[in-house]
Parts: sequence; C-alpha cells; structure tokens
Amino acid sequence: MADISVTEHHHSDHAPTHHVTPLWQYLLVFFALAVGTVLTVVASRFDLGMWNTPIALFIATVKATLVILFFMHVIHSTRLTWVVVIGSFLWLGVLFVLTFADYLTRSWSLY
Amino acid sequence: MSSLTLHDVRITGAEGSRNYINDEYGALSWLLTKDHKRIAILYLISITIMFLLGGSFAVIMRVELLTPEGDLLTSDTYNKMFTLHGIVMIFFFLIPVIPAILGNFILPIQLGAKDFAFPKINLLSWYLYIFAAAVGLYVIITGGVDTGWTFYTPFSTQYSNTHVIGVTFAGFIAGFSSILTGLNFIVTIHRMRAPGLTWYRLPLFVWALYATSVVMLLATPVLAITLVMLMFERFTGIGIFNPAIGGDPVLYQHMFWFYSHPAVYIMILPAMGVASEVVAAFTRKKIFGYRFVAFSSLGIAFLGFLVWAHHLFVAGISVYSALIFAFLSFFVAVPSAIKVFNWTATLYKASVSWATPMLYILGFIGLFTIGGVTGLFLAALGLDIHVHDTYFVVAHFHYVMVGGTVMAYLAGIHYWWPKITGRMYNEFWARLAALLVFVGFNLTFFPQFILGYLGMPRRYHAYAPEFQVLNVMSTAGASILAVGYALPLIYLGFSLRFGRKAGVNPWGAVGLEWTTSSPPPKHNFEETPVVTWDAYDYPAMMKAVGETQNV
Repeated sequence: MADISVTEHHHSDHAPTHHVTPLWQYLLVFFALAVGTVLTVVASRFDLGMWNTPIALFIATVKATLVILFFMHVIHSTRLTWVVVIGSFLWLGVLFVLTFADYLTRSWSLY
Repeated sequence: MSSLTLHDVRITGAEGSRNYINDEYGALSWLLTKDHKRIAILYLISITIMFLLGGSFAVIMRVELLTPEGDLLTSDTYNKMFTLHGIVMIFFFLIPVIPAILGNFILPIQLGAKDFAFPKINLLSWYLYIFAAAVGLYVIITGGVDTGWTFYTPFSTQYSNTHVIGVTFAGFIAGFSSILTGLNFIVTIHRMRAPGLTWYRLPLFVWALYATSVVMLLATPVLAITLVMLMFERFTGIGIFNPAIGGDPVLYQHMFWFYSHPAVYIMILPAMGVASEVVAAFTRKKIFGYRFVAFSSLGIAFLGFLVWAHHLFVAGISVYSALIFAFLSFFVAVPSAIKVFNWTATLYKASVSWATPMLYILGFIGLFTIGGVTGLFLAALGLDIHVHDTYFVVAHFHYVMVGGTVMAYLAGIHYWWPKITGRMYNEFWARLAALLVFVGFNLTFFPQFILGYLGMPRRYHAYAPEFQVLNVMSTAGASILAVGYALPLIYLGFSLRFGRKAGVNPWGAVGLEWTTSSPPPKHNFEETPVVTWDAYDYPAMMKAVGETQNV
C-alpha cells in the first residue's frame, strides 16, 4: 500500500494570510495619488526641457507603485506573488530594451 | 515494494456508473456547466467548427493556385481568403486547440484534482471564445477583411476598406479567453496537485501547459493593447503607427510580434507535451532526461520572448538589432533540440507500439524537426532576405504549425479519446488517416519550400507559369490532406455509438488519468489520489505486471 505518511501534502501551508488594511491607509494612498495627479498637471505647465518626459514618467511610476502595493494588496502578499509582479515588469523591460535596441541604433552609419 | 504497482492505485468509478456525460441532461446543463470536462467538450465542438471553416478557406486558395492565372478569385477576394484562413486558424484553432480541449479535460485529472481552481472563469473563457468567434463570423459574412492576419499598418489603419475594426476586436476578445485559460492553468498547477504529486512527478504535459500559460499571461496583453491602439488610430486618425500622421509602422510590427512570436510557442509547447506523454506510453519507458525536457519547456517560453524582430529583418530595423535578434533566434533552437533528442533517445531500443497516437507523434517529431531547422534558415540574416515573403516561409511555418501542432493534437485526441468518451475507435481507419495526413501534408508543403527558394512570393493569386507543376503537386497534396482530416470526424463519431468500451486503461499507460473510469465521474476521482511514484514509471509497472504473471 502507499505510504501516505511520507506523502502528506498540506496546501494550507501556502495559504495566504488575509491582512485587513485599515481604512486610513487606503485614504492616505488615495490622497498621495491625488497629489501625484496635481503634480503631473503642475509639471506640465512648466517647460523643463529634456526633463519633461522623465518627470512625468517618474510621477506616474510612483503612483503605479502605490496602486500595486496597496490597492492590489501586493505588499501583504506571498513571495510567489512578488515573483509574478517583478517578473511581469522584467518582461515589460524586455519589450522596451530590445525595441530600443532597434530605435537607438538606427543612425549608426557604420554600414 | 516498487514505487508503482497497480495495487497502489485505487481505481475509481465503475463501468456503467454515473459519469460526467450522463450525470445531468439538457442543453442548459452543458451551457452553464462548470465541469472542466464538459467545457472541454464545448471547446472540442466549437474549435472543430472553426477548423473546418479555416480549412475551407485553404481549399479555395489551393484550387485557385492550380493554374497560374487568377481565374477563380479576384485578387481582392484572394486577399480576403488568406487573411481569413490565417485569422481563423491562428486565433480560433491553433492557439486554443490543445490547451482548451486536451488541457481542459486532462490537466485537472493528471493533477488528481476535482476541477480547476476557477471553474466559473473556465466557463467564462469559453463564452469569450464564442463571442469572439461570433464577431469573426459576422465579419466573414459581411464582406471579410484583407489585411493579412498580421494587420500591418498603415494599410490596416488607413487604406483597407474592409472590416478591420471588427476582426481586431474579435482578436482582442479571443486574447482574453486565452489569458483566463492560462491564469486558471497556472493557479491550478500551483495549488491543486494531489498529495505526493511533487513538481518532478508531474507529467510533462503539465510542464508544457505551465510554460504555455506563462507565455499566454505575459504576451497576450501586449497584443490586446496593440490592437486597441490600431483601432484607436483607425477611429480617430491620431497618429500612432501611420507615418503620414506622425506614427511609426515599425513600432506596430515590434509590438505585434512581441506577442505573435511567443504565440508560436503557445501553439507548439502543448504539442510537445502531448508528444512526451505518447512517446512514454507507447515505448513503455521513462522519458529520457525528464528534467531536461521539463525545463526546456520553460527555456522555450523564455527565449521565445527574445526573438520577435526576426520578423522585421527587411522592415527597416537597424542592422545592429537585426544581428542581435538573429543570434537570439538561433538560441531558441537549443531547448527545442533537447526535446527532439530526448524523445529520440527514449525511442532507442524501446519496444515501440505502432498505435495511432504513436504514428502521429513519429510524424510530429520528423515534421517539427524540418520546420524547426528551416526556421534557422530564416533566422540567418542573409538567407532571410532572399526568401523573405516567399513560399519558403509559408512552408516553414506550416511544417511547425500543421506538421507540429495539428499532428500532436491528432495524436492527443486519439490517445485520450477512450478516456474522454469511454469508447475505442477503429484502429485500421485511424492508422489509414494518420498515413494520409502524413503523405498529404508533405505533398502539400514540401513543394512550397522549393517554390519559395525559386522566388515565388506568397499572398498572390496569380504566379509565373514555370511554378505550376509544383503548385499542382501542392493542391493534390491538400486534397489528400483534406481526406485525412475528414476521416477522423467519421470514425471517431462512429465510435461514440458503435465503438467497443475502452475500460479504465486501454493503453496500459501510467498517469492519474488512467486510474479513473472512462468516461470519468463528475468529480474525476471518488477519493483524492495519493501519488507515490515518479512520472512515467513504466519500468516499475512492467516489473509488477511481470511478477503478477509469474505468480
């Protein structure tokens, strides 16, 4: 007969613990997102030269990070969830890096 | 005792007892089912219909190409034929066929689970597929689309006067069906394995579907957003891809192929999983280099993301990036070759059974190898420029997609048919069909390698007279292939009523799906199985059977 004792398998070991986020934390994140939106609009009123796009992207990245960590509960999720989230961004990085490997080298006139 | 004896496994479900087919009756019991097996049957019916539709477009094209003149179709109608053939076959047949039919049916049973982690989402993914197919059919009925299945801009956003929005919307929706299937597979494989079923005890079909699901989740959203941008540009005239209004058409190609090249692996990886199952079952051996085969699936999934711009070699990308992508494209051959070598090593000195599934898989190994190696021709920058947009490319991807995926699907449906239906099919007709498919396929597509190398361009309804002989051969092959594909519809349908009963394990195969009755009960197993053996532990089973016979 099968030796069940050595093959016991508890999926409950991996069960995520349900963290209850207090309301004030949601409100704080919401407030930070609103501030980020205002900052984006304000920044768009000034001509910052080559910094126009990086600053807009920086604010957007901070806002996206807040949404992912708190509204999507990633900050309290399992390590596997973290792997999935970080992996997704790595893949986005692959799309960007290899596409730019084309665009940034088109003026390369050695050929 | 051995790690696997037949006594380890409690056979669940009795012949003639309630099963997933006769458990409930009525159309609603099917249309609202959450049972993964019934959803697999829904997919089987709908995907088969789409295959027949896509195949009929191919038949019309091959008949047109019998003569050098464009005498059956106008060039516009021919454009629509190859576009619809591509869209239907890729989005509605090749991508879902093995995961949604065989994966849906077999995966939870191979894991020893009662169902998927998200049964309702599983049903939703079928409804999304049907909705997308309905939109696609509406487009076909109301005049079709002529952009090619790749929807290249700016033709698709500015010049085409066909139903571009409708068909890209259909592709968008079908993508979500694919994403939900992939999500369900990943969560189920992580969370619902039977006690004792560790990662290295998983059947290789599960590993293959896991790798496929990762690609589905990471690549498909990029297609979705790309198609949305395409629709947006066509609707609003705001330039994203059209250079006349400030866009960049090569950007479209980058984003489209970021999905669509990995999509090739969505189509072929499950086929490789089927090949591993069938090779092990019909050689009575463990798969040679199990872990290499398992990780090569993940390797293909990963490397498959790094090669997309080999579709853009003549589209104006920089020579530097073309070199990088050529190099990376060669790389993806490594894990593919690992699989082929390991299947071949498994066959070595094995007592190979010539049952129908094995015939298809032997064909698969050979045809996929030809398809893969000719892919290396195309990854080589210089040669690609010579054969770009010729029939060489058409032959190459049909060797991978039809010679690979369709052959493996046919192997899989024959292998698991007794489990799905509880009935055996007629082995003579099945072997004959396998032979016809193999002969017909090669006669159809091998001449196209030569045509392409000689310079015949793809996507034209008329061609130079010196290409006619090879085109006639190709059309003759397609006729044989059509008979080969029609036969299973007849004898498999016949088996439902007249086939002899299959029993629990007609192949004497190892795997949890062969420990439950055929067809399986509604919840797959009477009690959750406990796994104490490695995958494909045929040597132990053979030893146990031998001991039993000696007694």
